[in-house]
Amino acid sequence: MFLLALKMLLGDRAKYWMLVGGLAFSSLLMTQQYSVFQGLMSWTTSHMRNMRASIWVVESRVEQVNESKAMRDTDVNRVRSVEGVDFAVPLFQGVLKARTADGSDKMIQMIGLHSGTLYGRPPRMIEGDIAQLRLPNSVVIDTLAMEGTRLGSGMGRPLRVGDVFEINDREARVVGICQTERHFFGYPYVFSSYDQALQYSPRQRKMLSMILAEPKPGWDTAEVAQRIMRETGLRAFTVPQLEASTIRWVWNNTGIPISFLTTIVLGFVVGVAVCGQTFYSFVLENLRNLGALKAMGASNGLLAGMLLFQAMIVGLIGFGMGIGLTALFGLTVAQSGQPPFKADAAFVFQSLAAVLVICALAALFGIRRVAKLEPAIVFRG
Amino acid sequence: MTTPFRSVNPVSLTAAPVVGNPPSSLAVGARGIVKVFGVGDARTQALKGADFEASEGELHLIVGPSGCGKTTLLSVLAGTLSSDQGEVNLFGTRLTGLSSSEVTRFRCRHIGFIFQQFNLIPTLSLVENVSVPLLLNGAGRRDAEAKAAERLRQVGLAGRERQLPTQLSGGQQQRVAIARALVHEPRLVICDEPTSALDSMTGHQIMELLSTAAKAPGRCVLIVTHDPRIYGYADRISVMEDGRVTHVHAGASLSSYIHSENRS
Ligand SMILES: Nc1ncnc2c1ncn2[C@@H]1O[C@H](COP(=O)(O)OP(=O)(O)O)[C@@H](O)[C@H]1O
Ligand SMILES: [Mg+2]
Repeated sequence: MFLLALKMLLGDRAKYWMLVGGLAFSSLLMTQQYSVFQGLMSWTTSHMRNMRASIWVVESRVEQVNESKAMRDTDVNRVRSVEGVDFAVPLFQGVLKARTADGSDKMIQMIGLHSGTLYGRPPRMIEGDIAQLRLPNSVVIDTLAMEGTRLGSGMGRPLRVGDVFEINDREARVVGICQTERHFFGYPYVFSSYDQALQYSPRQRKMLSMILAEPKPGWDTAEVAQRIMRETGLRAFTVPQLEASTIRWVWNNTGIPISFLTTIVLGFVVGVAVCGQTFYSFVLENLRNLGALKAMGASNGLLAGMLLFQAMIVGLIGFGMGIGLTALFGLTVAQSGQPPFKADAAFVFQSLAAVLVICALAALFGIRRVAKLEPAIVFRG
Repeated sequence: MTTPFRSVNPVSLTAAPVVGNPPSSLAVGARGIVKVFGVGDARTQALKGADFEASEGELHLIVGPSGCGKTTLLSVLAGTLSSDQGEVNLFGTRLTGLSSSEVTRFRCRHIGFIFQQFNLIPTLSLVENVSVPLLLNGAGRRDAEAKAAERLRQVGLAGRERQLPTQLSGGQQQRVAIARALVHEPRLVICDEPTSALDSMTGHQIMELLSTAAKAPGRCVLIVTHDPRIYGYADRISVMEDGRVTHVHAGASLSSYIHSENRS
């Protein structure tokens, strides 16, 4: 009977495509928006993947990785003296202005690394040697910075190792190119040594942005972070803690999640409305046939099962098309990395579940109608 | 739930029962059926204590003026409509004593339906339409379609199994409906105005098929009609008036009734 149920629906081309189209649109809207949202959220925590430190120590009021409130230089030593800390190094992070070959100003994400350890260095060098950051006036830039619209402006070609530009009237010589994950602010990363970064940056009383620390082997990272907080009064995060705190901060302080969530909910509602409406009119148009089946001995349970099955099948097809379009979108934007896009298997299953819920809701109206249907109506003219 | 299969008493087939005599092998029995539709001003008493009987091996017509309650009575007898009062017995099973899901199962197993508007599912092929009662009874698809194809052959539609109902004439569609109504070998076949949408010639062909079907052992065919041209196929005719069965004609009484009806 289920096969026949499917044929009944497939036989009504217009309704079938309306259902599949509605569900595909709804799936596309939900999955595409959610993927972009996830991508944006991952941008907010990309510092942690570009600098890969175990423990992040910040000023006590700081809640997220993209924010820094200056600390005293002596705080580094206070952290070093906490039991369980293997080493702790200063980090400069700030948005500065760079001047390119053609004299235009570009914003950059400046990162100053401790020159002894270079702890917090980017995970992958494409060209050059990160150790050369120890030379005066040298920087490592990321691939985004190379572009003509960025620091390569006026070069007529991407910036490369050996090229020179200016940060705050000081020479910056490119000694290496690294791969980074794009940051929420959209500025390219420029790495230098900590001392060099202080020279690039306008002079202030306190210049230390963060302290990166590594626990001693065998020590639990979370516990060491806890100890640092207790003993220094500073705030210390492990990577998962800082990630969670950053995302929480974005939820609480920006309209981004709400606006994406609104679109996603809208996609869901549109799905239920379009499919519910279409499916219900399919049921109404087939009421005589359903009544005949009922007279011939099809139980309410069987008919409900058939309707649900029809709805689930169009749900699967519509979802397949929607997620396919989303994947296509993801592949297209993967080239430029903009807008951000992030999807994983769990997410695919979650959105599939959402679409099947839409279908179940849509089928429910029809099922109610059929349950109330008197089989005797088939005898009426 | 149902009585064991009983062989037909040949007497009931050959010698038609006289008016008022109890039939020898009761297939359908109904007593005091009352059915009211609507409330207040819209209240209609469609059945006002109707009694009805039909025997196995019988093609039984229910006739009467439009609006007298024929369709309503047929629906109650078939268990697709519940009555407000009265009792219905089908082949020894008290239908009025069953739960609604038991009635549904009973219909599924023992009743075949033929509707005035054929009610074939337009997007399903003929063989799929005919296999529906078998599938509802739990048969496998391959098995059901084989039996359905055989039934289609018996009603003269061999080779058209994969066509859609819309590709057929009305008479051919009604033949498909007959194949569907008989495919699961039901004991009771219920038809509401099976010929009223058809021309006279086609109507006679349909009636030939139905009267052959009624000869199957242990079966009863009930037909509601207001088409006097087909009265000649009846073994018995129940005449309804204003919500009640007022006369039952069989044997000699049947012949004279048919004669008078066809003259008027
Ligand atoms: N579902 C219904 N709701 C209200 N009235 C109905 C309904 N079905 C039938 N009736 C009324 O019951 C009476 C008998 O109808 P019906 O059994 O269809 O008569 P027939 O089949 O003999 O023409 C008619 O007056 C009809 O209007
Ligand atoms: Mg009628």
